[in-house]
Amino acid sequence: MAKEKLILVGNGMAGVRTLEELLKLAPEHYEITVFGAEPHPNYNRIMLSPVLAGEKTIDDIVLNSREWYAENGIELITGDPVVEIDRVKCKVVTESGMSADYDRLLITTGSNPFIIPVPGHDKQGVIGFRDIADVDAMLDAAKNYKNAVVIGGGLLGLEAANGLMKQGMDVTVVHLLDSLMERQLDKPASALLKASLEQRGMKFLMEAQTAELLGDGRVSGVRFADGSEVPADLVVMAVGIRPNMALAQKAGLHCERGIVVDDTMQTYDPKIYALGECVQHRGNCYGLVAPLFEQAKVAANHLAQMGIARYEGSVTSTKLKVTGIDLFSAGEFNEGEGDETLVLQDPSQGVYKKLVIRDNKVKGAVLYGDTLDGTWYFTLLREGTDISAFRSTILFGQHDLGDAGHGDTSAAVMALPDSAEICGCNGVCKGDIVDAITKKGLFTLEDVRAHTKASGSCGSCTGLVESILASTMGEGYDKAPSKKGMCGCTEHSHDDVITAIKKQKLKSMPAVREALGWKTPDGCASCRPALNYYLLANWPAEYEDDAQSRFINERAHGNIQKDGTYSVVPRMFGGLCTANDLRAIADVSDKYKVPEMKVTGGQRIDLFGVKKEDLPAMWKDLSDAGFVSGHAYGKALRTVKTCAGKNWCRFGTQDSTGLGVKLEELTWGSWMPHKFKLAVSGCPRNCAEATIKDFGVVCVDSGYELHVGGNGGIKVRITDLLCRVETEEEVMEYCGAFVQLYREEAHYLERTAPWVERVGLNHVKQKVLEDADNRKALYERFKFSQQFAQIDPWKARAEGEAGHEFKKIEISAA
Amino acid sequence: MSNWLEVVALDEIPRLGSRVIKTDTMDVAVFRTSDDQVFALRDACPHRGGPLSQGIVHGTSVTCPLHNWKIDLASGEALGPDEGCTNVFATKIENGKVYLALKAGEAAA
Repeated sequence: MAKEKLILVGNGMAGVRTLEELLKLAPEHYEITVFGAEPHPNYNRIMLSPVLAGEKTIDDIVLNSREWYAENGIELITGDPVVEIDRVKCKVVTESGMSADYDRLLITTGSNPFIIPVPGHDKQGVIGFRDIADVDAMLDAAKNYKNAVVIGGGLLGLEAANGLMKQGMDVTVVHLLDSLMERQLDKPASALLKASLEQRGMKFLMEAQTAELLGDGRVSGVRFADGSEVPADLVVMAVGIRPNMALAQKAGLHCERGIVVDDTMQTYDPKIYALGECVQHRGNCYGLVAPLFEQAKVAANHLAQMGIARYEGSVTSTKLKVTGIDLFSAGEFNEGEGDETLVLQDPSQGVYKKLVIRDNKVKGAVLYGDTLDGTWYFTLLREGTDISAFRSTILFGQHDLGDAGHGDTSAAVMALPDSAEICGCNGVCKGDIVDAITKKGLFTLEDVRAHTKASGSCGSCTGLVESILASTMGEGYDKAPSKKGMCGCTEHSHDDVITAIKKQKLKSMPAVREALGWKTPDGCASCRPALNYYLLANWPAEYEDDAQSRFINERAHGNIQKDGTYSVVPRMFGGLCTANDLRAIADVSDKYKVPEMKVTGGQRIDLFGVKKEDLPAMWKDLSDAGFVSGHAYGKALRTVKTCAGKNWCRFGTQDSTGLGVKLEELTWGSWMPHKFKLAVSGCPRNCAEATIKDFGVVCVDSGYELHVGGNGGIKVRITDLLCRVETEEEVMEYCGAFVQLYREEAHYLERTAPWVERVGLNHVKQKVLEDADNRKALYERFKFSQQFAQIDPWKARAEGEAGHEFKKIEISAA
Repeated sequence: MSNWLEVVALDEIPRLGSRVIKTDTMDVAVFRTSDDQVFALRDACPHRGGPLSQGIVHGTSVTCPLHNWKIDLASGEALGPDEGCTNVFATKIENGKVYLALKAGEAAA
């Protein structure tokens, strides 16, 4: 099939980002040509301020080199702007007279700086702040002249002024209103900012209206409406941007303040897409990078002919990129009628925080001096989170929520040296992450994960990595929403998938992928195990397990070790064993030359270093001696740890070992979203450490305390007390019900601790404690699914099931 | 070519799975995709030598079971931002049997 022709007019961040997204979705669909007015390849425009300030070079901010275009088969034409679009003949014509046909056209012409049409505005030395040429002109002026005037005390104007000051110029900022950055800051924050900039030597003329720019040929000064004058060898106009829609208008496309586009980023001509700063969507024009990336994803989706994405507008936030000044704002930061405001002010520390609250939801935020929680407030704002539960502490930040370890990230991360290790699993330092973000132009957590591996394994450092991204990227950082696709194969979240499996009665992986529009035919190593689990948990009697969608540990029923050998853990119910059991294990260990044995943290015996091909025979011997698999390798019920209990211990109150055995007999073999551990302690001395288990029982004189959601792993979490019960039967019922609720509701690879924190203990209590009928129903469903789960996989493999898995094919190479 | 070795029946490799061929010098993993293409790679991840045969196969790539590197089955190259490559061996299917060419010179054929 001949490729369709796609032309991109505008070689900026919006357009090229769309191409990147498109190449991910449909790399072969189009023959792509890009026209850029500037002579450069695509660069990171939001990083111009650091270039001007001398903190970065132009090369540092190039996002896609010419090699990138070549590698992706994209023709790039720079320095030759498109001057005409012929919509009838479907072609574009450039300034130099080149013409090119298109099947689809993408317009990303961005915006132009607004130049106030005062007398003298066309003099030499009067510029905007928009592109590399402007930065070059400013750097050049800084070398040869002394006085600079920046007209406009908004975000861009202040960044320009800061840069010029750093380049050694004497800078005056002229602002029409009485407070700076009035579109982002309320008055108190604005005053703090002004004071801080004045301290650095920046001068301000507030409420000053420019009347004329003076000088012959080159500008020499500025005269104001009140007749006063200041000298100026360089005038930077930073009073706003105007969507650059001249080309689109000339082509007869409907334009208002910008090129009007719908939710699919299409203009009134369906062959023509437009996005970025040149467009108007639902009445809004955006001048920030985060919404433009959202638009790029949607446009790419439609250009790839998938046709499912919609852009519904963005809420934006801003950060000022002036080194040493921390400032963040988002949403409606000036309170309206009926709004409530929370303010924290500490003038001596230069800290000011204000949140505007409406109906217990964050509507806006202004942070000055301490912006660490900016991204958190922004997430609360975008997702409309009800904050009543932590309203009293919200101003102190996320880390004050009593989150057991995840929260306290941003404060620490800013102060860390580059050599500090962020990701312990993959040995990634802060410097590596910052380098990857700046040099490779990364914008999302996913990108950082892909390029550095940071937070890609256990994920416990995700918060740290996000903080580094946020502090490195400033406004370009688009925090991943908490509701996100399971993996690259789908836009649907885990919850969407679980719901669809239940509601639409989807009973196979192809059915799920079909119903939910998976992008890949087989899925990937991340979504397949999850789907396999969800189907298994929902349809225990009907779903046929898919071995090829299981991680090798579960497929081979042993733990793969770093040298490719396996370890074997026989189940010992409640940790109890006999002399015969130990003899059998010892014999097996001798027979298969097990190099190392150890007792695990869960009171079982681990046999290390077993060759995969020896596994079935070894399991046969263990089965003959009465053992079943300990599932020590599985996202499954692992062990029930016990203490001595009242039979022997002078403090024991109940038969904890016996109860442990019963619980393990009830639960063994059960597949779970993640590994799952139980413990029973015979008294509150808690020798079995029941309060850091997924489900723990602490025996007391009057009965049993039931604990849930503990974790002794990456992030230690002490259990929450669920309730007290009086009989062993109740323990069994509550345990089964809790396990089943977790099995049905948690995301794959989510342990009970984060699950309980996510859904809240109250939710668990409602379902398991308060609603007795529901508890019994959960327990029944658990017991039902156990009929199919309690089959020893070792015995089955020893009898030859899946034999191919364990046999190598030996050949002699000629 | 005289170098083709018959190694296994196609049916004996599970779809989206693999079999390990033990040769004199190394283990070779022979993979079968969902649409019955067959690929062969040296059974060692370029990262830390993980047994690729034990990974999860999806599309025409496999994810190493040790540290999740994704390896392209056709080229043996690591995908995405990872860099590295493992040996590739030519395969063909005739009459339901999988043949493998172990000579390096034919690997690219």
